[in-house]
Amino acid sequence: MWRKMFTSVPAFRALKAPCRSFKSSSRGPDKDFFKDLDAQLRAFRDKAAAAMPGSDWSPIELTPGLPPERADVVIVGGGVVGWSIAYWLKMKARVRDGLRVLVVEKDPTYSQASTVLSCGGIRQQFSLKENIMLSLFSAHFMKNINNHLWVVNEDPVDLQFNHSGYLFLASEKSAHIMEENYRTQRYVGAKVALLSPSQLKERFPWMNTEGVALASLGLENEGWFDPWSLLNALRRKAVSMGVYQCFGEVTGFKCAANLAETTDGEVLNVQRIKYVNVRMPNSLEYQPVECAVVVNAAGANSGKIASMLGIGLGPKESVSGVPLPVEPRKRFVYVVHCPDGPGLDTPFLIDYSGVYCRREGLGGNYITGMSPEETEEPDISNLDVDHEFFQEKVWHHLANRIPAFEQLKVSSAWAGFYDYNTFDQNGIIGLHPLVPNMYFATGFSGHGLQQSPAVGLAVAELILDGGFKTIDLSAFDLKRILLQEPILESNIV
Amino acid sequence: MAASLLSQAMRRCSAHVCAAVAVRRALSSGAAAPSVFTRFLLKLSHYFYDVENILDWNGWLRTQAIIRKNRLFGYAQKNFGNNVAAAYYILTLRGSFRFAGQSEWFRPDSRGRFSYDFMSTPDAQIEEVDLSGTLINHNGLENLVKQNKLRTLSVRGCPEVDDWFLAHLHVFGESLVELDLSHCSRITVGGLAALQNLRKLERLDISGLPRLQNPGLVRILLEEMLPHCQVSGVEYEQGLIQPDSQEQTEDHHEASTHTGLRHL
Ligand SMILES: Cc1cc2nc3c(=O)[nH]c(=O)nc-3n(C[C@H](O)[C@H](O)[C@H](O)COP(=O)(O)OP(=O)(O)OC[C@H]3O[C@@H](n4cnc5c(N)ncnc54)[C@H](O)[C@@H]3O)c2cc1C
Repeated sequence: MWRKMFTSVPAFRALKAPCRSFKSSSRGPDKDFFKDLDAQLRAFRDKAAAAMPGSDWSPIELTPGLPPERADVVIVGGGVVGWSIAYWLKMKARVRDGLRVLVVEKDPTYSQASTVLSCGGIRQQFSLKENIMLSLFSAHFMKNINNHLWVVNEDPVDLQFNHSGYLFLASEKSAHIMEENYRTQRYVGAKVALLSPSQLKERFPWMNTEGVALASLGLENEGWFDPWSLLNALRRKAVSMGVYQCFGEVTGFKCAANLAETTDGEVLNVQRIKYVNVRMPNSLEYQPVECAVVVNAAGANSGKIASMLGIGLGPKESVSGVPLPVEPRKRFVYVVHCPDGPGLDTPFLIDYSGVYCRREGLGGNYITGMSPEETEEPDISNLDVDHEFFQEKVWHHLANRIPAFEQLKVSSAWAGFYDYNTFDQNGIIGLHPLVPNMYFATGFSGHGLQQSPAVGLAVAELILDGGFKTIDLSAFDLKRILLQEPILESNIV
Repeated sequence: MAASLLSQAMRRCSAHVCAAVAVRRALSSGAAAPSVFTRFLLKLSHYFYDVENILDWNGWLRTQAIIRKNRLFGYAQKNFGNNVAAAYYILTLRGSFRFAGQSEWFRPDSRGRFSYDFMSTPDAQIEEVDLSGTLINHNGLENLVKQNKLRTLSVRGCPEVDDWFLAHLHVFGESLVELDLSHCSRITVGGLAALQNLRKLERLDISGLPRLQNPGLVRILLEEMLPHCQVSGVEYEQGLIQPDSQEQTEDHHEASTHTGLRHL
């Protein structure tokens, strides 16, 4: 053993080489020859070492960053939902390398991902029990984020969480809905309080309470945080646990098709995905990744991914004719500056007109926006901002509610895509009957960021345990779309 | 021969060393300087994965200790009532408290032992709590939530008190008059915003919070948010002017407060 180590090639040479050059330098005329030989030998040695088994050298030129050829689970989309699923899969699998998980993201800069273009809010003020529970779980996750996502030898995660609750305002017409929601929220365990207009005036003297019949204020576990920090923390942890990440675009799938018949005689073409085709950035080259399970977490783009599998392209009235009802919808966010605006007690205000507003930092900056009418949806081919929209639609509602905002300046603005579920504005979590190995986690329509930690766990449970364990999300199954049974959420912003 | 072995081993490690060094560099300088022993372990962990694991366990054990200390005293609550459970929890953390209508304080001795006299008055509610320097966190606070007569709370210098703890204080919204948050290293302005739910608050101490960038401004904002509350521990000028930053010292002479405000 000792002798073997001693004679093992690289170590031996490494020790010998300096001796020889020392000797040759004392000899003068032979110097050049030996120096030359030395250099050549070194070059040869390097090449030989690189070609040894186990190194990544290969005689053919390869594109760097290619995904592995095989993975157990391929997650399409490296947004906050995708990385959360990857983290929970690894967490649940326990054994290192027990499960090969690959996350495919087409844009390393995340320039269009909704995650980083969102407002970063979290609230429990929903009307559906499932949505409240998802958000409560996520708040709990963020509370203990360093127990979950801390990586040895790295800084602890700082989400820059701002603990100011959401304040929903209701008019005479909608007050009874708010009361009902309040009861559901308290029942599930959210900390919410109802305020009368006079209480509201006393709490927030800077607000005009005209037209407000009732308000509900979140007391705990609500607020806003930095979406980048959450995304990066999830990614850092998942990668440290052995998740593969690859920057490339999923362009298609290779499937094995099977015919199956339903009880009422319809013949279905069931496809099982065998390979995911990943195209590398700036090249035509693509790599098929053999996989057992695919997760569609491509956010606003997930409808397109589904149509690559023929979902929605079949004849009308058949199962394959129902498309995945998720499409990009452009939403504008305006940053306004107003030195006399409300201070540290500014909540995440949601007016009944649809306008929202929250503080950004301490320097008199606020962000605001609203969703346009269904008939006035802006063009989605780019992410340009429509400044008219602020002047015409947003400002007068805003200034009416907070009179100080009469005097404001728009300092910047951005736009992002909601992963909008046109069917019922709720998340879609589960399998499609026509593709038995693609799980969907999409369609969150403006509250996907806050639900992502819980959704990741739910999908991981679905994949590894075959069913929901922590939170029962069967109401969010894809079946509801095929059966045309929407579950409606009344608090969509 | 030893040299050859060493050179071989070094070469095998070198890739890892580089990565580890890069990671260390990336560490922000903001964190408090670790002890000599921790620094030694960190140094070793550059070379050996096992040391990294030990550091990991170390962190894990610490977390477990905090969780254990702050668990919910459900058994005591069920058998002896909320008040006794809360009192017991405070004493096990080595904090002290005073019941409403009594004048003497209950506190453990220097070795953490205490008498169980408080069990004789299960109906007495706690009015003042001093938990300074203890390991209380947001989970432990759950043991106190039923104390709706609580008027004074001090968590001075508690390393585990964070913004989530402050957000949970709304349960004392109708009673809490005095709150001491000084020297809690994890509190940020994001958590102080949650104090808006403490409508009865009259005195608040926020001295020595290292993560506040503009303590003076935060004081102004807090006083605006809680008009009946006297905020202490911070001067208005603090953080408004940073004399060590170059561009500011230049026009410092002209209008100091003005420049300070402009840099917000
Ligand atoms: C203006 C705005 C404000 C919002 N405010 C809030 C809020 O306050 N609170 C809240 O909870 N939520 C909010 N949201 C919603 C939230 O941002 C989203 O629901 C959430 O980020 C969805 O995460 P995701 O990971 O599914 O999608 P994304 O972050 O969009 O990630 C999808 C990723 O998939 C990648 N991808 C797409 N197609 C492919 C492909 N073919 N191959 C490879 N990769 C692909 C994309 O590049 C993208 O990075 C807001 C959204 C917007 C637009």
